[in-house]
Amino acid sequence: MSVMAASLGLATPALAQSTATTVYMPAVIELSGPGAVSGTNFRDGMLLAVEEINAKGGILGKKIDMPLLDTQSEAGISRSQIQKVLDNKPYVIFGPVFSGSVMVDIALTQQAEIPEIVGGEAAAITQKGDRYVFRTSFGQQFSMPKIANYVRDGVKAKSVAIVWVNNDFGKGGRDTFTKEMALRNIKVVADISTEAGQADFSADVVKVKAANADAIFVYLNEEESARFLKEAKKQGIKAPLIGETTLLGQKVIDLAGGAAEGVRGHVGLTVDAPIPAVQEFAARFKKRFNYLCDHNGIKGYTGVYFVKYVTEKMGKFDSKLFAETAHGLTITPKQEPQMLMEATWDKNGDIDRESFLGEVVGGKQKIVQILPKLGK
Amino acid sequence: MNRLGAVLIVIVALCAVGLPFFLKPFGVYLISMWVVLTIAAIGLNLTLGYAGQVSLAQGAFVGIGAYAAALLMQAGWPYPAAFVSAGLLCFAVGWILGYPALRVQHHYLAFVTLAFTTLVFLVLRNEEWLTHGIYGIGSIARPTLFGWSTNNPRAFYFFSLGMLTLLAAGTWWMLRSPWGRAFVALRENSVRALSLGLDTRRYTLMAFAIGSMLGGLSGALYAPLVQFIEPNSFALGLSFNLLLMVIVGGSGKFFGPFLGALIAVLLPEWMRIAEGYYLITYAALIMVMMAFCPYGVLGMVERALKAAAVRRDPPMPAVHGEATGS
Amino acid sequence: MRVPMASFIQLLVSGLATGAIYALIAVGFTLLWQTSQTINFAQGEFVMLPAFFILAAMNFGAPFWLAALVGIVLSVLVLGVVFKLIIVDPMLKHGVLPLVISTIALSLFLKEAAKDFYSSQAQPFPTLVPAVDLHIFDAVISTDSLAVLAVAVATVVALHLLLHKTRLGRSMQATAQNPTLARILGIPVRRMVLYTFLINGVLVAIASILISPIYLAKFTNGETLGMTAFLAAIIGGFNQVRGAILGGVILGILDNLSAAYISSQYRGAFPLLILIAVILLRPQGLLGRIEERTV
Repeated sequence: MSVMAASLGLATPALAQSTATTVYMPAVIELSGPGAVSGTNFRDGMLLAVEEINAKGGILGKKIDMPLLDTQSEAGISRSQIQKVLDNKPYVIFGPVFSGSVMVDIALTQQAEIPEIVGGEAAAITQKGDRYVFRTSFGQQFSMPKIANYVRDGVKAKSVAIVWVNNDFGKGGRDTFTKEMALRNIKVVADISTEAGQADFSADVVKVKAANADAIFVYLNEEESARFLKEAKKQGIKAPLIGETTLLGQKVIDLAGGAAEGVRGHVGLTVDAPIPAVQEFAARFKKRFNYLCDHNGIKGYTGVYFVKYVTEKMGKFDSKLFAETAHGLTITPKQEPQMLMEATWDKNGDIDRESFLGEVVGGKQKIVQILPKLGK
Repeated sequence: MNRLGAVLIVIVALCAVGLPFFLKPFGVYLISMWVVLTIAAIGLNLTLGYAGQVSLAQGAFVGIGAYAAALLMQAGWPYPAAFVSAGLLCFAVGWILGYPALRVQHHYLAFVTLAFTTLVFLVLRNEEWLTHGIYGIGSIARPTLFGWSTNNPRAFYFFSLGMLTLLAAGTWWMLRSPWGRAFVALRENSVRALSLGLDTRRYTLMAFAIGSMLGGLSGALYAPLVQFIEPNSFALGLSFNLLLMVIVGGSGKFFGPFLGALIAVLLPEWMRIAEGYYLITYAALIMVMMAFCPYGVLGMVERALKAAAVRRDPPMPAVHGEATGS
Repeated sequence: MRVPMASFIQLLVSGLATGAIYALIAVGFTLLWQTSQTINFAQGEFVMLPAFFILAAMNFGAPFWLAALVGIVLSVLVLGVVFKLIIVDPMLKHGVLPLVISTIALSLFLKEAAKDFYSSQAQPFPTLVPAVDLHIFDAVISTDSLAVLAVAVATVVALHLLLHKTRLGRSMQATAQNPTLARILGIPVRRMVLYTFLINGVLVAIASILISPIYLAKFTNGETLGMTAFLAAIIGGFNQVRGAILGGVILGILDNLSAAYISSQYRGAFPLLILIAVILLRPQGLLGRIEERTV
């Protein structure tokens, strides 16, 4: 009976509110459904951070209590779980990763004035004037111009073919990228959508070949990227393949075999960055969870340390003050080593960090250029 | 309906009205979701439980209704008009879909409706100019009716509860009418019904269309409840979920959908105690439930009651070799 | 954007390879439906799972060939015997719908089990033959596609021989067409039905070994595969194994051609439209026989 009551939010033993010794910071993320890969990475990054922080005594003497709530990768369920945690007065909320779920959730957390640290990359997330949303990685409105510049200046392409996955991640990237191409007078000669989970890319590679573009922008999730690369190599695509983290990660390189050679692109967060702190984090993650994390793992990890730093700066647990303190804040690795890289949050919650241009050489991601932060 | 049933209904009704005052906003949201999905389940029960047609399209109709209502409200229509239009649109689509589709037998109909649902999903996702595509439609306002705003969770709950009561009462009345009795005849044996002169096609089509309309009305309530709709929510998963509600509750029983929706909405939440394993526990429980209650919970209750009645009052033994019972 | 002829052959060949796999999965699905009225909505997950059995065996140190055998045996036991005895048999007497709900719940159960007990991340899977690219008529065909095609064809041929040329196979067919009559003729109907489940266990395990190198072993693999199996089985003809094969091949090729020549956003729609057309115009499927409805 108490179970029933608990589920209806009458009494919630499992979802304890903040107590004298713990601070309640729940995570609402995709643990099943199509978003499970990203969500579990994000979760494991967070868990590693929480374990490390709690081992050292927690934040301001309180241990972090982070219950995990699965959204099943559905916006409706995500909303209901956010409502559930809001009922218990959390300090901050983490997640989700899928932009659709993020959009629904931040409407609620904004109203409740609780900061939400999200993993979504869609541009729209930070364009609604929400003072309580904070990103953990670049919004697409920041990453796409960087890639577009590289396509124009580095590759010197006059025409481009876009291959994208038909979900909110892929479509958002494709829309933003197309806009950036138009601004730079580069012609989009092929616009090819693919399905999430697709295994046979022969039709898409055939179309890319026929389009004869100077460069090909590939914006798929990791496994599909690997399959696409294999097919592209098989059919002898000669034009340079450009992408983002989901194309150049070590995971993709391993899955694609030799087909990833020569692939280039912009990498925001990567375990392959030539930064010792990142490398050490990657090793700790691998040891703890037995797999190589993707950029979502870094998002989760740094997100938790972001909250720790801001809280310690304030000296107390104040959700409203958190938002004010965090806007315009820059955190360097000197101040908080586990931030891994220097990061700045602007008044919209967008994050600014340095990033990298990389190329796959000899089965490994090689950093070719370091791109500085956009802001001051 | 006997006295016990009537008492039960009164108790449940009291709970339904009183519970929201004891629940936090999340609890109110959950029971609101229950109310909204029950409407769709009632529609499917009509099509499946009473008219015997296996439809996997109900999720798509909820989606069509939700999008219709959301888009019309965005265009400035007042909510009541959007609500009714969503229902009428789904009635029409249901009729048009049913006209060719209902000519085929059970399992074929299941696959045609399955295909329809996936096609609707593809259209919702790809036709960005109309539906906003994969990004979905957000910031859907909760309606203000006769000056009374439903923005408050409890207010919206009572509003949807009111709609559920109205629609359920309408369905009840319809089933008690001569039309409704014809539906039941269809389910038992459509060939025999045909031989008795029933225009089976007309009745089946009507059941399908009304069931679809109820799905659309459910969608028109879903949109302001969640305040965000996207194509993924209305794909096959929802159709399967609604089918599950009807069967687990008790297909062809009037209160089956109420119970089935309650189980489908609450059970995964209760299972969250199992934390990471909640979905797997939920799936296992459903399989166990199907093993023990293949006629649904209400179906088994009815059988248990009948068995008890037979034990209390055994029928006369057969005389001269005549068989008793039908 | 004109797509050249060599590309057409390219699409045809890779579509054929994919189609052969769909055919395997669809055949198993059809067999279960034919002999025991079981609509197995978990068929896709049945194909997803054996790969994980094999990976687990390899984690224990077994070489690939041994792990593959272990996978096939486990598949036959769990997805064949256990499935039939624990899920299908108890429910079948209550009609088709409770069984449908159970298989839907089973598909969720298997998916979550693979995700929770193995991994949510995609796992690489060893190929049967090393992938070498062959250039034939301007099209590039990979040896692993050819291997897939070869194994799938061999399996289907073996199954065909079993069903039509052996006494056992003919008994199974009799059971499918008219169980009452078969029982009267002395055929052990229950055992025949069990055999179809065992055969399905073998078929899905083989399909799993064939697709996992390309798809990578991932818990969500079953979703699209299962759907394609149903579509292939119905389009080809629900009551004929040959129909399932034809349906699978058609879908494999159609997906590629429609994506290349018509629309990639709606590539998923074409099989569905064909399904609707087939059901409305020729419900027995392209190769199926018309079923009589008994009163």
